[in-house]
Amino acid sequence: MILPVNLDIAITHILKGVQQTLVASLGVALGVAIYLFMNSLSAGFTSFSRDNLFQSNAHIKIYRDDVLSKSLLPAEPDKLNIIVNPQITTLSKNVINPELILQQVKEEPYITNAIQQISYAVFYNRGETQVEGSGIGVNMVEYDAMFDTQDNMVAGSISDLRANPNGVLLGSGIAEKLSLNVGDNISMSSSYGVTKILRIVGIFTFGSRAIDDTRSYVNLSTSQQFLKEGPSFVNTIYANTLDPDNTSEYVRQLQTLTPYTVESWQTSNADLVSQDKTRGTMMSSISFSILVLAGFIIYNILSSTISQKIDDIAILKATGFSSRDVIIIFMVEALIMGLIGTLVGLGVGTILIFILSNVYMGEPAGYFPINFEASLYLRSFVLGLLMTALAGYIPSRRASHVDPVEIFRK
Amino acid sequence: MENQQIVLRTQNIGKYFHKPVKFRVLDDINFDVKAGEFLTLVGKSGSGKSTLLYVISTMDTSYDGELEILGKKVTGNTSDQSSPLRNERIGFVFQFHYLLQEFSCLKNVMLPALKLGKYSYEEIEHNAYQNLEILGLKDQALKQASKLSGGQQQRVSIARALINNPAIIMGDEPTGNLDSKNSQIVFDIFQQLSREHNQTIIAVTHDTDFAKGSDRTIELSDGKIISLDKQYD
Repeated sequence: MILPVNLDIAITHILKGVQQTLVASLGVALGVAIYLFMNSLSAGFTSFSRDNLFQSNAHIKIYRDDVLSKSLLPAEPDKLNIIVNPQITTLSKNVINPELILQQVKEEPYITNAIQQISYAVFYNRGETQVEGSGIGVNMVEYDAMFDTQDNMVAGSISDLRANPNGVLLGSGIAEKLSLNVGDNISMSSSYGVTKILRIVGIFTFGSRAIDDTRSYVNLSTSQQFLKEGPSFVNTIYANTLDPDNTSEYVRQLQTLTPYTVESWQTSNADLVSQDKTRGTMMSSISFSILVLAGFIIYNILSSTISQKIDDIAILKATGFSSRDVIIIFMVEALIMGLIGTLVGLGVGTILIFILSNVYMGEPAGYFPINFEASLYLRSFVLGLLMTALAGYIPSRRASHVDPVEIFRK
Repeated sequence: MENQQIVLRTQNIGKYFHKPVKFRVLDDINFDVKAGEFLTLVGKSGSGKSTLLYVISTMDTSYDGELEILGKKVTGNTSDQSSPLRNERIGFVFQFHYLLQEFSCLKNVMLPALKLGKYSYEEIEHNAYQNLEILGLKDQALKQASKLSGGQQQRVSIARALINNPAIIMGDEPTGNLDSKNSQIVFDIFQQLSREHNQTIIAVTHDTDFAKGSDRTIELSDGKIISLDKQYD
């Protein structure tokens, strides 16, 4: 194959300086491998914690928020101002005509699923023992379609709840504390003073104490009875979307459909979002620093190559090669080293990810949360090459400034 | 030898060195080089002869006065702007042979022609082989440059200087680093090029025998031309 002359010279340099090429490539390879690996770790953690969150939280929540009375009513001229203590004026958390809202929400193209839900405070009683918790009333079939709750069942089944209007699914923590099991009865009372005896048809665990120790699921009608409300009462609508990262846009659009509060999961879980951000920033800045170090290796090796080849540069310039040609020659060398290094680095990174993804962490996390992500591979590849280009350009430019006369006069 | 075309002309060329102290290294240099002429530049070390060669080679651009090559003014062009001219019209032979050590002799010879890009790779390869054959190095063609002796390397660099059929060959002490036998070989090649191929040659030398064998010798002293046609007894 016949190459352009600058490329030809660069490749000859590379082939004659295999050792230097290998060291430089190895530097880049390590940098790229660590960059890919650390960012995959970070992405794995993020998607793991998100999966956890979305096990029992939807992307978007629509509910009636408490409204406070105004403390100052602006008075008409010549009349007295009225000052009152601000207090909640919401008498009921009822979402009026939930079926219509649900239908409207479901018709939006970016909504994948939506359900209605009733949340209420509840006490689980057994004899003298009382455990405080939160009850959720749902159509369990729809709920399962959204959250795959069946996967979290450790005893019984969600379909049994559908079949039994007086059934309840209990968190494993409550069941343990109250020594109850599937088939037992449990007494539950709401803050409205309603007490019901329900039959435990299933026990679930989410791997989070905050949920397992407090939550129970009942049918919608049961929860309405706990709240002394009629069959049209619903206080929350949950919706899942196509892209959980784009919820702010969806919230804006949904807000035009309903007067109720539309809230994204990011707003409800700001702590988690900021944790993810902190971890992401930390990981990418550490790994980027390592990549910069790899850039220094390329810089160093190319600088010493150029010092060794200063006579060659002079002779090339004397025989008609321009400064631009010299830059091209050494940039090609840098990029070849960078390309080899980046590809090897992606390979090494892949092996590291593969090894870690097979490390068993124990329940409920399972295997180490790390994934192969195409976008991260692309980013590592581009950054690896960009870093070498940058690190190679500085010595290449210096090489192009070599004055042949100065060399020949020595 | 009359009515010959002038290939290189200098007008009032002067140059200063600024380090370590300001020092006039070339002063009022005026001479013409005719096509086909074998010209040597001589002078004691420090006389400015090498400096002059680098000025007329277009690589050193910081001088005053005017330089004309092949009828065109090159003064004012940067070294980079003159690189196509060097590539196509000027061939260089240096004192320390200056081949690219990692490349084969053949590749060394080919590089300026590949840069010029006027002929196909095969044609260039063929021409390079021919040049090496003329200089008796055909069997060394594929050897790495660093594996050759000094004399052989110098002949390869002559082959390289010739590859683009340049208007002028410039030599900076082409025999300066060679033993007498190899010096003789190189001189013979230069003379042969001059006589048989009418090749214009400008060479700096301190080798009296070399200068004696050339068509004309310009002698410099303290940056000034003291003889435009030095005669040897």
